[in-house]
Amino acid sequence: MIEYRSIGKTFADGTEAVGDFSLVLPSRTTTVFVGSSGCGKTTLLRMVNRMIEPSRGQVLIDDVDIATRNKVELRRSIGYVMQHSGLLPHRKVIDNVATVLRLNGVDKSEARDRSYAVLETVGLDASLATKYPSQLSGGQQQRVGVARGLVSDPNILLMDEPFGAVDPIVREELQAELLRLQRELDKTIVFVTHDIDEAFLLGDQVVILKKGGEVAQVGSPAEILATPADDFVRSFVGLDKGHRKLHVEDRDGSRIVVDATGKAAGVLTE
Amino acid sequence: MSVVSDTIDWFSDSTHWSGDDGVPHRLVQHLGYTSLTIAIAAAVAIPIGLWIGHTGRLRGLAVVSSGALRALPTLGVLTYASLYTGIGIKAAIFTLVLLAIPPLLAGAYAGLESVDRQTIDAARSIGMTEWQILTKVEVPLALPLIVGGFRSSTLQVVATATVAAYIPGPGGLGRYLIDGLALRDYPQVVAGSVVVIVLALVLDGIFVLLQRLALRNRPAPVRSTV
Repeated sequence: MIEYRSIGKTFADGTEAVGDFSLVLPSRTTTVFVGSSGCGKTTLLRMVNRMIEPSRGQVLIDDVDIATRNKVELRRSIGYVMQHSGLLPHRKVIDNVATVLRLNGVDKSEARDRSYAVLETVGLDASLATKYPSQLSGGQQQRVGVARGLVSDPNILLMDEPFGAVDPIVREELQAELLRLQRELDKTIVFVTHDIDEAFLLGDQVVILKKGGEVAQVGSPAEILATPADDFVRSFVGLDKGHRKLHVEDRDGSRIVVDATGKAAGVLTE
Repeated sequence: MSVVSDTIDWFSDSTHWSGDDGVPHRLVQHLGYTSLTIAIAAAVAIPIGLWIGHTGRLRGLAVVSSGALRALPTLGVLTYASLYTGIGIKAAIFTLVLLAIPPLLAGAYAGLESVDRQTIDAARSIGMTEWQILTKVEVPLALPLIVGGFRSSTLQVVATATVAAYIPGPGGLGRYLIDGLALRDYPQVVAGSVVVIVLALVLDGIFVLLQRLALRNRPAPVRSTV
């Protein structure tokens, strides 16, 4: 369980990234921070592994204030996946993945074996293991990034817009892959995105943020759609536009789901 | 007879290839001064350069002071240093070290600055210590530029080490130039220059190979050169 207690962050230049933020992220669920740029979502994420220190308040993992923990040890115990894979360009794919294990003191041959195994888990062919990151496609690099985040089997996985820089088709693939992985692995995932559809797809708990880390609404995707807290949320999730307002029309005996603009969205099967 | 044929005669004279004033001995002396200079300068400049590059602090100071060091007139510094150290090799080495520092310093901090911030951020967030970030990420990625610093530093010192002979006592290949000028023995002057030039070219070639070696793990196009 991750808990934010009255967190605030003012950067050295006076910018207030987060005003006063409190939230509990239950274990073994995916919490998605979603908002436009400048809403403090990445700042909040990076506080969990102390890449950013809060100016006020505390972050607790399993009831321990992480400010009391050694930064480097803490980071090694948490998986981290970032937007531009963040792979080391001078190391082969397999060594990039194994680095995390080596930092944790796992011996060389075991680190190698486990790295090959996790590459398979994220759907990468073993033949790519000896390539350098720049020889891989963007989607493959992101998979390696996910593999690196998972390889030491951490309880917590932080994902900072991990699929933001790949094309839509690859993004869908990676999202589906993450859902599959999460069913198997049951991690506590903190996921940051600006894409509300991605947030609804992946999140058990979705946190919609306004400027300065102010919470507009917290809830499951269904709760947010059923009872949007205010006009900001309604507009952010797209309820004021046509594509979320669905109704059923009968066409030749089939029940077709149609949105407010008249576009067919799907077929009702029940 | 022309200077060219005189110079060829100078090279073919076997007395110029043996003894304390022979080419091999002078060459070894010259290389000795150069390596000593580079070793001292690197011991000073590389740690400072890496610290500046890693922390991003005092960069302005480094730029200004290396600029000032580069602008120092070598012969003036040499004469001035001799007043303190006495006539001998110490003054020459001191002068050459001042000359060798700026390129080494620039190579080190510019090299580290050229490393992608996102790569460093990623290394830190997977739990590398600052020392591991420096030694396992920044230095390997900055190596081509660091070697580049050694390259220009070494070439400058090899060429300028001839001034060591300006003060009596020290040797090196500069002996041929300074003594030759004093004796108006121009074939000796030209011969000395030729040896220095060949030495500089050979060293440059070695550094080209080293820089290639530093880049061997990079299949992708890489930003390069200072």
